Amino acid sequence: MSSLSDAQPAATGKMPMGLVRAWRLVSFIVRFAASLLLTFLGLLAITFFIGRIVPIDPVLAVVGDRAPRAVYEAARLKMGLDQPQIVQFIQYVGAVLSGDLGLSVSSGRPVVQDLAEVFPATLEMATLGIAIGVLLGVPMGVEAAAHRNSFGDQIIRVVGLAGYAVPAFWLGLVGLALFYARLQWVAGPGRLDVFYDGIVEPVTGLLLVDSLLAGETEIFWNAVSHILLPAAILGFFSLAYISRMTRSLMLDQLGQEYVTTARVKGVSERLVIWRHAFRPILVPLITVIGLSYASLIEGSVMIETIFSWPGIGNYLTTALLNADMAAVLGATLVIGGVFIAINKVCDGLYRVFDPRSR
Amino acid sequence: MTKPLLEVENLRVTFPTSRGDVDVVAGISFSLGRERLGIVGESGSGKSMTGRSILRLIRPPGRVRADLFRFDGQNLLDLSERQMRAIRGARISMVMQDPKFALNPVMTVGEQIAEALRAHGNLPRREVSARVLDMLAAVRITDPKRVASLYPHEVSGGMGQRVMIAMMLIPEPDILIADEPTSALDVSVQAQVLDIIDEQVRQRGMGLMLISHDLALVSHYCDRVIVMNAGRIVETLDSGQLGAASHPYTRALIEAVPRLDETRDWLPTLPRAGGEVA
Repeated sequence: MSSLSDAQPAATGKMPMGLVRAWRLVSFIVRFAASLLLTFLGLLAITFFIGRIVPIDPVLAVVGDRAPRAVYEAARLKMGLDQPQIVQFIQYVGAVLSGDLGLSVSSGRPVVQDLAEVFPATLEMATLGIAIGVLLGVPMGVEAAAHRNSFGDQIIRVVGLAGYAVPAFWLGLVGLALFYARLQWVAGPGRLDVFYDGIVEPVTGLLLVDSLLAGETEIFWNAVSHILLPAAILGFFSLAYISRMTRSLMLDQLGQEYVTTARVKGVSERLVIWRHAFRPILVPLITVIGLSYASLIEGSVMIETIFSWPGIGNYLTTALLNADMAAVLGATLVIGGVFIAINKVCDGLYRVFDPRSR
Repeated sequence: MTKPLLEVENLRVTFPTSRGDVDVVAGISFSLGRERLGIVGESGSGKSMTGRSILRLIRPPGRVRADLFRFDGQNLLDLSERQMRAIRGARISMVMQDPKFALNPVMTVGEQIAEALRAHGNLPRREVSARVLDMLAAVRITDPKRVASLYPHEVSGGMGQRVMIAMMLIPEPDILIADEPTSALDVSVQAQVLDIIDEQVRQRGMGLMLISHDLALVSHYCDRVIVMNAGRIVETLDSGQLGAASHPYTRALIEAVPRLDETRDWLPTLPRAGGEVA
């Protein structure tokens, strides 16, 4: 019985350890890809379904409401709307896979082309925002928990509370009034000053990357100066959430027995906190950060509007107001895809940081 | 008896509550040399708090006071946190109750044992890992190399507790406190774990403080037994003389243990005098 066996027996019999590990990795990748495919198919089904139930006639959107009956019918046939729903769905999936999201009525261009412009703008800002939120929020949360109820803890909690309570539009406007209009530390709305516009050839669509690729350091610094304020504001909101969650996760950990064990061993307080209390919270913390990142990528309409940022939040809002269904569905698809991607990356990271899930 | 390593006089551990301060340890005195001392008592009698107060691991708002709290010539209550850290693990160590909760789930067994050694001085990596493997072998783990690379969730309870013992003994402390070291384990492995503790303590000539609620077990593994109730020492006995216990509480404890060769309809219940603790 258990008194004799030194460990729970491995289920894999006599295979060499290297082979076992390789096999586990392969099966993990296969299952990972399968679940990715299924989730994405589910997302496509949802956007397709939404496209069918909204009371907007896609044919009218193309031919206009004064087209004769014959033209209307011809367009309907050409769009395949007489086919059974399942055939239409398959056609839709095929079109999406080949990169065709339809034409945007408001811009008159393929939706894919529009998205290739607006999505990187949002991605750039959201990534910088989450980086600020993580780099400041995590240490703040850890520090607050380690010195619970100290003066520093109170300050950090008030900062966090402010992040919840202050509305985005107010912070955006006050930020612009102070740092742009008065102090002139940062540039104003938009991604670049007008006279830099269109110089750098878009490669990734991320201005900070593209300008460096082109060797245009002047444009790079101009882009930095434009993105800093909106990204810092987004960062402040995610910092508020991340530092609060970090603090409460850490408080929970610091009460665990193995943290006491570490103290019994005479481990220094710094290592007790970072190695014994912080490492186990990485898994839930990754979820918190992932969700926070996803919500930033969804595009903060408020911030994008105030800073005239040509991002996906702005694009989606405009499309909704114009009943531009192809654009709405395309943007929805991108945002859904980002959610799936972030979730999958988080799942992968769990396996790295939690030996119990391997 | 040898000169005591640890001398405690009038130790009090106090926690504030909404109804005023409560002394969970209410003024106890004892000494511990290179011997095996047992502390028994029911839940809430203050025996675990006594153990933790020696390592100064009572977290605020709990307070520890004593007229004398001397270990190896220094007053533990006067030491700075840094000086205290040099004592924890290296001079006085403690085997925790349940390896399921007391081992860090995201570090391998080997890393955790090595950390106990590294916390008290720099050793070459090769020497550290050699000593970890030796220590695992000393607590009767048959395949130390493999076990060192396992995570706590991959080992059984009995093995987890042997890992815990290895971790606490590797810096070669003078005193080992074992706080209910077997109450989370299967009965079948309890004796094995206690035998390992006993063997190591004898070999190294350390002082052992075995905290338990099991009177028979403590008297089997210890030279002296302190019986605690409601934060106070009720009686101190040599373990061979349990039958001669005079205090009614100790007698009641002994009476409450069922024997195999008897047919009693009722086991006596203990008089709960500890009203001030509840």
